[in-house]
Amino acid sequence: MPSGAGQYRTVPVGAREDGRPTLYSRYARRYARLVTMSTTAPAHPLQDVTASDGTLRRFLHGLPGVDAVGLEARAASLGTRSIKTTAKAYALDLAISMVDLTTLEGADTPGKVRALGAKAVRPDPTDRTTPSTAAVCVYPDLVAVAKEAVAGSGVKVASVATAFPAGRAALSVKLADVREAVAAGADEVDMVIDRGAFLAGRYLKVYDEIVAVKEACGPHARLKVIFETGELSTYDNIRRASWLAMLAGADFIKTSTGKVAVNATPANTLLMLEAVRDFRAATGVQVGVKPAGGIRTAKDAIKFLVLVNETAGADWLDPHWFRFGASSLLNDLLMQRQKLATGRYSGPDYVTVD
Amino acid sequence: MTTDNGGKRPAAFEYAPAPESRAIVDIAPSYGLFIDGEFTEGAQGRVFKTVSPSTEEVLSEVTQADETDVDRAVAAARRAFGTWSALPGSERAKYLFRIARIIQERSRELAVLETLDNGKPIRETRDVDLPLVAAHFFYYAGWADKLSYAGFGPDPRPLGVAGQVIPWNFPLLMLAWKIAPALATGNTVVLKPAETTPLSALFFADVCRQAGLPKGVVNIVTGDGRTGAALVAHPDVDKVAFTGSTAVGKEIARTVAGTRKKLTLELGGKGANIVFDDAPIDQAVEGIVNGIFFNQGQVCCAGSRLLVQESIHDELLDALKRRLSTLRLGDPLDKNTDIGAINSAEQLARITDLADRGEAEGAERWTVPCELPSSGYWFAPTLFTNVTQAHTIARDEIFGPVLSVLTFRTPEEAVAKANNTPYGLSAGVWTEKGSRILAVANKLRAGVVWSNTFNKFDPTSPFGGYKESGFGREGGRHGLEAYLDV
Repeated sequence: MPSGAGQYRTVPVGAREDGRPTLYSRYARRYARLVTMSTTAPAHPLQDVTASDGTLRRFLHGLPGVDAVGLEARAASLGTRSIKTTAKAYALDLAISMVDLTTLEGADTPGKVRALGAKAVRPDPTDRTTPSTAAVCVYPDLVAVAKEAVAGSGVKVASVATAFPAGRAALSVKLADVREAVAAGADEVDMVIDRGAFLAGRYLKVYDEIVAVKEACGPHARLKVIFETGELSTYDNIRRASWLAMLAGADFIKTSTGKVAVNATPANTLLMLEAVRDFRAATGVQVGVKPAGGIRTAKDAIKFLVLVNETAGADWLDPHWFRFGASSLLNDLLMQRQKLATGRYSGPDYVTVD
Repeated sequence: MTTDNGGKRPAAFEYAPAPESRAIVDIAPSYGLFIDGEFTEGAQGRVFKTVSPSTEEVLSEVTQADETDVDRAVAAARRAFGTWSALPGSERAKYLFRIARIIQERSRELAVLETLDNGKPIRETRDVDLPLVAAHFFYYAGWADKLSYAGFGPDPRPLGVAGQVIPWNFPLLMLAWKIAPALATGNTVVLKPAETTPLSALFFADVCRQAGLPKGVVNIVTGDGRTGAALVAHPDVDKVAFTGSTAVGKEIARTVAGTRKKLTLELGGKGANIVFDDAPIDQAVEGIVNGIFFNQGQVCCAGSRLLVQESIHDELLDALKRRLSTLRLGDPLDKNTDIGAINSAEQLARITDLADRGEAEGAERWTVPCELPSSGYWFAPTLFTNVTQAHTIARDEIFGPVLSVLTFRTPEEAVAKANNTPYGLSAGVWTEKGSRILAVANKLRAGVVWSNTFNKFDPTSPFGGYKESGFGREGGRHGLEAYLDV
């Protein structure tokens, strides 16, 4: 059964077996002192850090730094894992079930979206054992069409919103965008953060906007927060954005829109996986991760699954907690799946073009 | 599999075995000594077995060279020296470039061989050892015709015959560190590989033949410590280069004292890896792992002492233990193996003994929960907390996958503790503060100081020790000096 937003895995909060503090509870303690008045009861030990622009900035800038060379070396080294036979079969099926099958073009039509929906439900018509994808991802005005196309299946409909992809619009416009999408039946909302505000250091503005969008999502739609990591540029920024979004109630953190030059990379995804792992250790709240854009081959997808397995751990190896934002990836996954089943490579004419 | 099972945990992602094929390596049942361009039998016909440490399978029989054999090898090197050293540098460079290219072409074969004979994971031989071996030959090939510009005078001369004794932890890489600069500068060599890992040196002999290297320029004699002692003591050897334990290094220094022989020693270490509270934690954890568990910790420059700022001790240790639990120990030929076998029963006994002493002296032991294979020599990654400078495991080189964790309060204390060792080979500094890196690195008495990384090697970078870690430098322009008459 699908679970609604706000359903969290429970783990011991901010404490180890021996009662000593964990890594991030130290930050919680340090920043709790800076808070003069708390308006609402904290939902988790870090809630207080968002009391003001100052506390939020000090918290985010107090997170451990990221050494770019070391991070990329670790991602590259995990990329050398050799996933064969039974492990490959498991990984291919898991990857297919994690795809957010996406079309985000100005030229999208109801026909195109219906085809996409059909493919998401039954990716390989020649093999019924092929799992469905996790979701289809469309613009808000096509949510209703997508909903109809996947009706009766477990496939979710995700809608980008908040003036995607630039996010340069008034908050009222963004919220209206979200409400329309949710009203049309979107199960998931993919929002973009205000990169301008983030880069200008106005973290609380970014935070407030995510909180407002989360509220507009209502109790059922899960919120994915897109950072556009290519625009945030540094790994330190990506780590800060990850914590900022998680503090604001994101259900998923997502790398990118797919509309800029640099999208998901093994390194930035590894960094975000470390963030969700540490956030859960500090707060007990589990948050999902979605790399999007630029993942085109089954081989690449499997490398990302290795990152998940060896960084966040097996709890995230599930479509509820990890997704691929992709369009062409699915066909390569299907071709590799057929190869594994039959021992032969077929070809692009043996998977459907949508 | 459903598209969304509401967070229910799926079956685990178990990596299937992914062994590298050993069919690519053809190991002969026995090997002679490579002298004067030919494989020849030893004078006494005595042999010993070399085994695969991960399975204890006998790989081959190798000749135990005695004094007569060593004498023959040195004589061959002496004969070859005249012509070899008279060649223009550009001609010597051609041979070295050829050797480098052949190593690249045969790198998979050599990587599998090294993994079989040494026990280290194929991931390391494939991604670290072999690329570095080729890089060393390429690098010193480039120097061969530029020696006049190396800063050692207008026409620096070679020394003559170099006697080289290398260890078992990086068999082929240590061979490259020794042979490449020696040949580039115009010396000829007699090299003795370690008793437990002779095979890659014998395969290298074949590479030399393939490259058409003139006879006698490279000679390989196999055997135990007695063979090494004979080589070091041989009166016609002009230069002795040794990498190995400090105890043997001291013996060698005594042997060559009072002779004309030039000596370089690269010995033990007890490297300090210093982690400040403003370090990039996730990368520091990787660096600590790489520092002490790379090659099962059988690395002279291993970061075997972790000096962690007390204020982040618990957090860092939690993160480190979590990371260690993901290490994959097992078949070294499996491409997903992180931790391979210990090189020999003897070394395993030494590691076990020192670890037991750590426990007996009151340090707190933590070992990765993992199953060890039933045959072969294995030691699970282990760390000790509550270690002080007074503990044996903080002072003696363990040369195994055992990390001693100590704490410090201030940068001064970190430097004082890091330097408080008879060794001085390597150190690491982890902090996001650039000025602190420079300040601390300047005060560390260690030949190599890595900042925000560990165990990174490059042929252009000189490597060597302070104090009981030895003297002389290998690698880089500095590495030429050890083989030149300057």
